Amino acid sequence: MFAMHAPDGFLEPPVAAVTAVLSAVILMFALRQSRRELKDKQLPLAGITAAFIFAAQMFNFPVASGTTGHLLGGALAAILLGPATGSLVVAIVVIVQALLFADGGLSALGYNVMNMAIVPAFGGYALFLVFRRIMPTNSGGIVGATGLAAAFSVVLSAMAFSIEWLFGASAPVPFDNVFTAMVGVHLLIGIGEGVISALAMAAVLASRPDLVYGIRDLDQEAFAERTRVSTRAFVIGGVLTAALVAIVVSQFAADDPDGLEKVSIEEGFASEATDHALDSSIFADYATSGVDNETLSLAIAGLCGTVITLAVGYGVFRAVRGTRREQPEDEPAVA
Amino acid sequence: MAGAHRHLLVHGQSPIHTMAPEAKIAATFLFVVGVAVTPREAVWAFVVDGVVVAVLMAVAGYRFGQAVARFAAVLPFVAFAFLIPFVASGEQVDVLWFSVSREGLWATWNILAKALLGTGASLVLAGTTPIPEVVRGLGRLRVPALVVSIVAFMFRYLDLIVEEMARMRTAMVARAHDPRWLWQAKPLASAAGAMFVRSYERGERVHAAMLSRGFTGTMPQLEHRPASAAEWAAAMMVPMVSLAAAAAGFALT
Repeated sequence: MFAMHAPDGFLEPPVAAVTAVLSAVILMFALRQSRRELKDKQLPLAGITAAFIFAAQMFNFPVASGTTGHLLGGALAAILLGPATGSLVVAIVVIVQALLFADGGLSALGYNVMNMAIVPAFGGYALFLVFRRIMPTNSGGIVGATGLAAAFSVVLSAMAFSIEWLFGASAPVPFDNVFTAMVGVHLLIGIGEGVISALAMAAVLASRPDLVYGIRDLDQEAFAERTRVSTRAFVIGGVLTAALVAIVVSQFAADDPDGLEKVSIEEGFASEATDHALDSSIFADYATSGVDNETLSLAIAGLCGTVITLAVGYGVFRAVRGTRREQPEDEPAVA
Repeated sequence: MAGAHRHLLVHGQSPIHTMAPEAKIAATFLFVVGVAVTPREAVWAFVVDGVVVAVLMAVAGYRFGQAVARFAAVLPFVAFAFLIPFVASGEQVDVLWFSVSREGLWATWNILAKALLGTGASLVLAGTTPIPEVVRGLGRLRVPALVVSIVAFMFRYLDLIVEEMARMRTAMVARAHDPRWLWQAKPLASAAGAMFVRSYERGERVHAAMLSRGFTGTMPQLEHRPASAAEWAAAMMVPMVSLAAAAAGFALT
């Protein structure tokens, strides 16, 4: 949420300039790579799928008790279209939103494109390839891998923003506060992103698996006939993945604030511990506990990570199971 | 809210409306860059920039209420900006009955001022420039032709796709679909997936149609009146103000 459509002045000008140059270079690369993949089909396909992403971001999905959220779509676009075309079309959407709809600052375009298009598309696609390897090679596995990759691509965006904050903070809020709050909030946003992306992927796989860039190298026949996912395999795979991710994420949380904190001390904007009023995120409080009980705070953070990951997995699982049942999906779920 | 997307255009024939789009886009970008690099302590510089934005918005034909409503897009960030003084570190000062960080207050001011000025400048551009003009302006500013063509294609099909999604939603609502929780989102998400397939297939059909009409891989370039020197000069007055204010801000603070 906070990393999305940041306005002018949110990060200091040097970071805006550096991310603008980086984003431009990566987009030029993506443009050429996409041209190689799509040839003269690139123009109509990229244009119309960009319109699709733009429209999909305007589509409101229910979140809780009638509140709604919308898809960000970076990872989904990358898995469907490939990271090059995917990042290109999402970047074009972000740029056009700034130019024509005043969504996000023009001088903030560098980091907005980086955080909303490049990081989720390339990062999300890399995560998808990793999860795909762990998951069973059938439509359930691909749907699950899409959901997890989309969920964590949002977290990657939050991390990218936090790192940019480290170098170009416009306010003396310590890096680890920003990091914890951003990642915490975006883990929650990621659940929605993961569930919606996975369900959308299931619909695409059911009709045109041959369109999905992310499974080009796999046997298309296996997906066309909608293989039934072995429930047990799916659950075991999901739990293992969740545990793995929790370990990776908590390691990141364990090591990097220390390392990056050091940088921030050297940069001179580290400071005494402050209240974590930054956000309503429950995670903000856990990491506040500070250095003396770091183990505990890490354990809790890791546990929460696992629970959230499992929640994503559970949503995906329900969805896959739902496709097999004849009943409509409207009975209340016991979450 | 899947419906027509928010066209920001303010109808009118002001001098800003009739100005060549490339001059407007370049001027807006440079003005916003000028605002972004202004040191936060140079409060008067932001006031000068604010007067410029207010005058431009008035000339563009924004009514007051309309302008306020369109600033709403930055509200979440404004809320974030107001949290900063409470979490930021450094020397604490008392404001009302709170103890807040002095540096944090400056950060709030910085983000608020730059976000609002940047949004205002973007609103002037968006409010006076129809979509095809912006696309043409981007082309004249040497944005790669391929990117410009993709943007043009996107807009050509955007309303079509948005309305197709709206029809899908209407059909669902007509069948008593009223999702309130994330786990009831499956039909909507499936619709989004189906929409991707339809969009992709439409892209393939459009491509075939283009080929049959002699498409060679690039779009033909249409000739349009380029911005005159006078237009460039007039447009550049605006960023000159913000850049001069930023430079003065650096010199004086």
